[in-house]
Amino acid sequence: MTKKIKNLNLNFGPQHPAAHGVLRLILELDGEIVEKADPHIGLLHRGTEKLIENKTYMQAVPYFDRLDYVAPMNQEHAFALAIEKILKIDVPIRAQFIRVMFCEIGRILSHILNVTTQALDVGALTPSLWGFEERETLMTFYERASGSRLHANYFRAGGVHQDLPAGLESDIAKFCDNFPKIINDLENLLTDNRIFKQRNVDIGIVSKEDALDYSFSGVMIRGSGIPWDLRKSQPYDCYNELQFKIPVGKNGDCYDRYLCRVEEMKESVSIIKQCLTKMEKGPVKTLDGKITPPSKKELKQSMEALIHHFKLFTEGYRVPRDEIYTAVEAPKGEFGVYLISDGSSKPYKCKIRAPGFSHLQAMDYLIKGHMLADVPAVLGSLDIVFGEVDR
Amino acid sequence: MSNLIDLEKKINSELTTKINKSEIKHNQIYLEIDKEDLISVVLFIKSNKNTKFRQLIDITVVDYPERTQRFKIVYLFLSHEFNQRMILSYDINENEIIPSITTIFPSANWMEREVFDMYGVSFKDHPDLRRILTDYGFDGHPLRKDFPLTGHSEVRYSEEEKKVIKEPVKLEQNYRNFDYESPWEGTKYINEQSKNINDKKN
Repeated sequence: MTKKIKNLNLNFGPQHPAAHGVLRLILELDGEIVEKADPHIGLLHRGTEKLIENKTYMQAVPYFDRLDYVAPMNQEHAFALAIEKILKIDVPIRAQFIRVMFCEIGRILSHILNVTTQALDVGALTPSLWGFEERETLMTFYERASGSRLHANYFRAGGVHQDLPAGLESDIAKFCDNFPKIINDLENLLTDNRIFKQRNVDIGIVSKEDALDYSFSGVMIRGSGIPWDLRKSQPYDCYNELQFKIPVGKNGDCYDRYLCRVEEMKESVSIIKQCLTKMEKGPVKTLDGKITPPSKKELKQSMEALIHHFKLFTEGYRVPRDEIYTAVEAPKGEFGVYLISDGSSKPYKCKIRAPGFSHLQAMDYLIKGHMLADVPAVLGSLDIVFGEVDR
Repeated sequence: MSNLIDLEKKINSELTTKINKSEIKHNQIYLEIDKEDLISVVLFIKSNKNTKFRQLIDITVVDYPERTQRFKIVYLFLSHEFNQRMILSYDINENEIIPSITTIFPSANWMEREVFDMYGVSFKDHPDLRRILTDYGFDGHPLRKDFPLTGHSEVRYSEEEKKVIKEPVKLEQNYRNFDYESPWEGTKYINEQSKNINDKKN
């Protein structure tokens, strides 16, 4: 007697702890081998781009926090840079250091989350408990600077919203002294761990060619051995004044990507330290009164300041007609903003290029021929956050 | 970046007739081409040893409802080898179907699906042209300028029918869009009012 064998269709998510959010993955299984994966996204689609078209440039900034909500300031950075390039305004050096410092804090935030949850997905609970305590510390830094733990709304075209409060710099320096020990602890738990290696080594291998073809960026492309980092190759703000290394992987598997992220965290700590030593007192946003709102003190004295304040917070500043693409190295890869301004105070078009979108797209290519149990491992190493994938 | 000018020259000399306009702005090359030349131009810039735009960063559309050629299709490329970016664009009419570049760049798959979803532009020879970001059974193309910000329908769980149902959007207060033009220079609403009054007089 012959038995008919049929492939099994499995629905993974959208409510599954290892789906890292609201991913719905339709898997076609032959036994335990994945034949095909079809990710369904858009369950967190909020129409960010449409909303931005209807808001002034300043009102659009908070939408960027809500994309990759693990590293909010990195995305504000891309938007701020795009406007600055069109308006041709210079950012004061202190503001540049503050922005770079908070971007690196964002990178650590994101990498801790990714490294520890990936460990969680493959069965290690402790790293996430240790890592999240550090994330909490970092988020208090966010809170002290911007007033909010997650949705910072801190960067502006021309600088940052306000100067750092007293004592924050020394606290960040203290964190930088303690944090390398925590990274070591995490590494002790994971890097040579037999189970962790069994689950990650040689899983989800990406070749150099495919990394380019599938529009990978960030750790996904560096893990495959391509030394490409926008902070080095197309430096923005004050990155060219800072010394740091770009860790590059060899095999392009999940394990190499994990190692890259750990090394990047160490580099980020060194960048933050350099920022702290190089930072000098000075203005934190451009002095151009047509873009920067006047200070509260001026507001009480000057009619001119009052008019400017009113105009900036109702109509907003106008941005001349232009078209630009600006990208930053966000923790997850190349995050870009393609902005078209039409001379009014609202963007005509603002396309957001999220790194996770193209990474998740390659899911089918990455997982084909792997076991079902490798799905969370591969998904974890892609570093997907649905805020930015769905936009 | 002096080699950016060289790069532009090289592209222009190789593709002479296919390029309608080329420009260097913000350290990037902006090229305008015709729809018919898309595949050949993309193949050229990807494989030529002087350009090597090996990575497609994104595909998007800009909607200009008042123009006869309504949509501008935009492709963003990156060359790791020469550290350059390029923005390639062409205009099409509303119902035109454009060639897909999924065979050249596999990553174009989802990007083209997104363009189709958001703007309703169709692609020829696309392997799997479905909606991607919007809900199952969604109607319309949200990023078109004539699509209202608040959308057309809202969903809620109906206790009577025991399922999620769609209803037309009901808002307590409409989204307000203010006109900041100085009244002396003629804001839109004053212009319209005075026009109506003049019409009535006539």
